Amino acid sequence: MKKNKYFAGIIKDPGSTLKYKTYVWRDGLKPSWIKKNCTNCLTCFINCPDQAIKVDKDGNMAGHNLDYCKGCGICAQVCPAKPKAIVMKKE
Amino acid sequence: MTMKRVALTGNEAMALAMRQAKPDVFIGYPITPASDILSAIAKYVANGEMEAEFMTPESEHSVASALFGASSAGARSFTCTASQGLALMHEVLHIISGARLPIVISSSSRSLSSPINVHGDHADFMDMRDASFIQIFSENSQDSYDNFLQGVKIAESVRLPAIISSDGFITSHNLEPVEVLKDDEAYDFVGEFKPAYSILDIQNPITINPLSLPDSFMEIKKSQSDAMAFAKKEIIKTAKEYQKLSGREYGFFRPYKLKDAEIAIVVMGSTAETAQSVIDELRKKDVKAGILALRVFRPFPYLKIAEALKNCKAICIMDRSDGFSGHGGPLFVETSAALYDLKNKPKIISRIYGLGGREINEEMIKSVFEDIKKLSENKKVERYGYVGLKI
Repeated sequence: MKKNKYFAGIIKDPGSTLKYKTYVWRDGLKPSWIKKNCTNCLTCFINCPDQAIKVDKDGNMAGHNLDYCKGCGICAQVCPAKPKAIVMKKE
Repeated sequence: MTMKRVALTGNEAMALAMRQAKPDVFIGYPITPASDILSAIAKYVANGEMEAEFMTPESEHSVASALFGASSAGARSFTCTASQGLALMHEVLHIISGARLPIVISSSSRSLSSPINVHGDHADFMDMRDASFIQIFSENSQDSYDNFLQGVKIAESVRLPAIISSDGFITSHNLEPVEVLKDDEAYDFVGEFKPAYSILDIQNPITINPLSLPDSFMEIKKSQSDAMAFAKKEIIKTAKEYQKLSGREYGFFRPYKLKDAEIAIVVMGSTAETAQSVIDELRKKDVKAGILALRVFRPFPYLKIAEALKNCKAICIMDRSDGFSGHGGPLFVETSAALYDLKNKPKIISRIYGLGGREINEEMIKSVFEDIKKLSENKKVERYGYVGLKI
């Protein structure tokens, strides 16, 4: 194969998707989880368009996976807790 | 070396070159005027003269898709098509060139619908000019044969696909004497296909055509663009090698009495030969006229064209397709861009001729030269017009 690593965009190493962190699409804002306000309702988990809400083995909210969070803010918007358990902050 | 001289149509010459290059796979779908290539290949395969895997899927889109698969598995893969068939392949053509697969298409150029017309013009060839294919045009059956063998070698060395075309019906169905190489000589010239990669190589698994987002897409395209620019060197190198073998000279274009020409036409395909007798007649009347018959349309030889035309006073670029830019034919647009850097730019006009197989004869070409002559004498001439119109 040609040495040029951009030749036809061919990928030689398996599992390359693991190296591709899509958080680079995020544009300025990221979610911040405030654990003391959280009721573990998991409304954020249901509404997240990616899979950026982490859930532990007991089924409890465990924060955000910021490698894949695109910063859309839906989790903060839908959070029913008062005061909110998720707020958007500058990167 | 003694060459065998046989009578072949353009299509038969192309089919013979294909057989001699020994493809692993031939996939095709019939379309006028390229169908004869397909039937000739079918006959070769049925007679056991060609070992290729022969497939006839349900459409040209499927042909191109199957070619993609065959070539990415490391097979030398050919097809033949024209006109609507080539247009139906269009989406896949870009995928083939992006994946850098050196598939070679033989074609007999034909008009595009509508209205439907099965005769020769260059609309299909021009329609794919951004598809990153090496595009070579032939003046006669001999050219079709020689260009195909060279085209395979060029395509496989720069890892870009190629299309070798001739004028539909005019060349494709015209029986002419063609000097052909012996089978082993032709195959030795083209050489064994060494693919850049193969998806069947299980020791070295790869992913082909992955999603490439803004972080890598441009780099991949730049590498493809560099390959097209580099192809210019390979085209000349291959032509020299072929000349040693055959004695016939090839380059980016075939000049005819162009060295001292004051007025000239730029033209592609069989019309260049028709125009030669017009030049001979004009030269007898001391009119310094010449022809630049373009052979290689992609990569477009900008610098060489400018160099060849720099001493002309006036030029007409003759297009066998309109391009519908509202300004001039596609060859006109490219050629005028090539002349931009010249200090003393020749005056230029665009003439469209021979659409849908309309006759182009010596009288018509003479009328074009009358226009160029007027232009060179600073008289007013229509800049963009049709030749041989009935209205």
